[in-house]
Amino acid sequence: MSMTATVGRAHADPHHIGLVVEHPGPASKRIVTAYGFWVFLLSDIVMFSCFFAAYAVLSGQTADGPKGSEIFEQRNVAIETVCLLLSSFTCGMASIAADVRNRFWFYLGMAVTCVLGLIFLAIEFREFADLVARGYGPSRSAFLTSFFSLVGCHGLHVSAGVLWLLTMMAQVFAKGFRADVLRRMMCFALFWHALDIIWVGVFSVVYLLGGGA
Amino acid sequence: MPAGRTVEATMLGKLDWSAIPFDQPIPLIAGAVVLVAILGVLIWVVVKGHLPYLWHEWITSVDHKRIGVMYILLASVMLLRGGSDAIMMRIQQAVAYQSQGYLPPEHYNQIFSAHGTIMIFFVAMPFVIGLMNLVVPLQLGVRDVAFPTLNSVGFWLTATGALLVNLSLVIGEFARTGWLAFPPLSGLSYSPGVGVDYYAWSLQISGVGTLVAGINLVTTVLKLRTRGMNYLRMPMFCWTTLASNLLIVAAFPILTATLAMLLLDRYLGFHFFTNEAGGNVMMFMNLIWAWGHPEVYILVLPAFGIFSEVVSTFSGKALFGYRSMVLATMAICVISFMVWLHHFFTMGAGPDVNAIFGIASMIIAVPTGVKIYNWLFTMYGGRIRFATPMLWAVGFMVTFIIGGLTGVLVAVPPADFMLHNSMFLVAHFHNVIIGGVLFGAFAGFEYWFPKAFGFRLDERWGKLAFWFTFLGFYVTFMPLYVAGMLGMTRRLQHYDVAAWRPWMLVAAAGMAVLTIGVICQIMQLVVSIRNREALRDRTGDPWDGRSLEWATSSPPPVFNFAFSPDVRGEDAYWDMKTHARQQSLEHEVPEYHDIEMPRNSPTGFVCAFFATIMGFALIWHIWWMVILGGIGAFATFVVFAWRDHDEYVIPAEEVARIDRINLEERRSLVSMAGAL
Repeated sequence: MSMTATVGRAHADPHHIGLVVEHPGPASKRIVTAYGFWVFLLSDIVMFSCFFAAYAVLSGQTADGPKGSEIFEQRNVAIETVCLLLSSFTCGMASIAADVRNRFWFYLGMAVTCVLGLIFLAIEFREFADLVARGYGPSRSAFLTSFFSLVGCHGLHVSAGVLWLLTMMAQVFAKGFRADVLRRMMCFALFWHALDIIWVGVFSVVYLLGGGA
Repeated sequence: MPAGRTVEATMLGKLDWSAIPFDQPIPLIAGAVVLVAILGVLIWVVVKGHLPYLWHEWITSVDHKRIGVMYILLASVMLLRGGSDAIMMRIQQAVAYQSQGYLPPEHYNQIFSAHGTIMIFFVAMPFVIGLMNLVVPLQLGVRDVAFPTLNSVGFWLTATGALLVNLSLVIGEFARTGWLAFPPLSGLSYSPGVGVDYYAWSLQISGVGTLVAGINLVTTVLKLRTRGMNYLRMPMFCWTTLASNLLIVAAFPILTATLAMLLLDRYLGFHFFTNEAGGNVMMFMNLIWAWGHPEVYILVLPAFGIFSEVVSTFSGKALFGYRSMVLATMAICVISFMVWLHHFFTMGAGPDVNAIFGIASMIIAVPTGVKIYNWLFTMYGGRIRFATPMLWAVGFMVTFIIGGLTGVLVAVPPADFMLHNSMFLVAHFHNVIIGGVLFGAFAGFEYWFPKAFGFRLDERWGKLAFWFTFLGFYVTFMPLYVAGMLGMTRRLQHYDVAAWRPWMLVAAAGMAVLTIGVICQIMQLVVSIRNREALRDRTGDPWDGRSLEWATSSPPPVFNFAFSPDVRGEDAYWDMKTHARQQSLEHEVPEYHDIEMPRNSPTGFVCAFFATIMGFALIWHIWWMVILGGIGAFATFVVFAWRDHDEYVIPAEEVARIDRINLEERRSLVSMAGAL
């Protein structure tokens, strides 16, 4: 195919439109990786949307059990939200530190992100444990089923994120700011911020709307 | 001994000797035959010393062409398994008139559930994904897909799902719920066994593989195209690949979420789809079909792409109405998400809702009709060569139109109320899936086989296979339309209505013809491999093709192209050939460069190994093994992330040596054509 690489531009455009912007060729690895991860995030959000839909369908089906307003504690949820939003900020700081190859600020940013994520998880775990102890576990009613699944699915994502975060720190420690490590760091940051966006949805749909009902 | 049982339950969960169906000869013998076959192949491989070759060249390969071939191999093997199920069902319905037939109900129910599950998830899906993997990077003029190692992970996870489904044949049981496992039947109270768990976990695991493949191919098409390969210069197959994989990315998470909900109901006593505590069964219907309807377009769009390539090549013309084809493809991609409710018009959503979805279902037939006309006009005035791929394409057009028309018929809600869950419906979806997807897969198989292996397939056996399959299809499925009109419902283990009997007998005879078609297909492969020297494709362009996959040798070198092709218009390779003839070829020696390629990696295989352990353990409630499998899978990824060299370099001299051989063959061909 190489033999004809330089011939025939005039023939390919018989109508002389000539305005076609030639595609420059394959994108760089950094762009390809981030793009692919974006596509994954979109698919992950589709999965969450199913749990949101299930919650919307089932939130009224309390089977004589508690309603949302009877079990949600707004104060805890507020702390959770602050933790997660702050962690997005510190994660952003860690990303900037990685971009300028500053290990100290990278470790600090990641460590704070990790601690905030763990606080979030601890509060969520306590909320779940408390509900189960009071007999309001996920088997109590369809409403609680959908509540535990939606919030728990987000919690599982945050847990996976923490595991990934620690792996990233270990990797920077062992390998330094290599190109592939930086690409993974970029994906991790995208993941962490996406979880924040989903939490905003959970906070609004579950705790704000449900708390008022 | 309660204490002993507790220890056993901790160690083995629900698993004990009663899981092996010693009292049922059919699955036991079938399982034994498969086991002996697998062991035989393994022993042969080890004794002959092929194991290192298999490990280095195939199992750990991250080359998109090899992975594509493995996908197609998996699909072909599973086609035989799903086909055996089909034969058993046809025989059962032929003999079970006023009698129990030879299959007990609980076994028959497993067979039709396994048949549907296998044919969709482990035949149709891997076949089209395999073809897309094999061809799309070549058509785009690039060296690999966006994420080669992930590609391997995706394949091996699909294989894991297939393995688990087959395992259910001998250890435990498969679902008796139909291929979509509707609750409450699939809930714990009506399906307490492991059948539904086998179903759900194998689909969850292979679903992850499919999602990975989808992300990979979307990114490949959108971000990895060679210079000058603008969107509106991409071959049609790349467009349908893009549309199909966008649908995978948007629809498969719905399947994952839905099956996760079903599993939560079954394992942890949740109430998504139960009759008690406010669960909503119809929510399952909505969710599963919000995935399920896009799924049929995920399967058939790549087939449409294959037919576009085949019809254009064998008519010797550019595809008629290229832009309208692109538009039709993307229209189908969008509308396919707006028709899911037509699978349950009888749910009682009300006339307005049913009307909207009925109209949407009829509208989606319009872009499909556009495509049919485009293919017909491509053939019109062309110099048509009726090679085997073209036969499949023409057979498809005839068959798919009939299937499409019956589809538009059941898209009318009042008609659907009469035909819902009848044999008419069974005939309809087999008409579109066999006539569309399977014919497409076979066309693609015949068309791109020389590209993958370097020799053509035997035309005589290929044509025999086509005619037997084509006729067999009609003899098998047209009677089912009639039986459906006569009121026969689907999934009947036995029946007492005399009027249905003759049609079931005809259908069974048709199944025999279809089986001959399959045998011809196998014979074709055997004969072609034996005569491979005579069928050798030396130039890399056996069909006088038009797109870039024919611009490299057959089989292509690992790096696909020694130089990234520079594309100037539609039908990139046709353009190059025409100009090469006019200019009687430049004989200058090109300057070769080193090429970097991704290194092989066992990550996919090892990851699938742990996924198999984890899936099996989840099915049988062996919790310690679940944890072990999870840790193993995570560790695999960490080890992968830790490696220091993920690429190797092919030196320029080696590239030059490989490229020159093909260049010489090609020059002699073109100069011969130029002399004419």
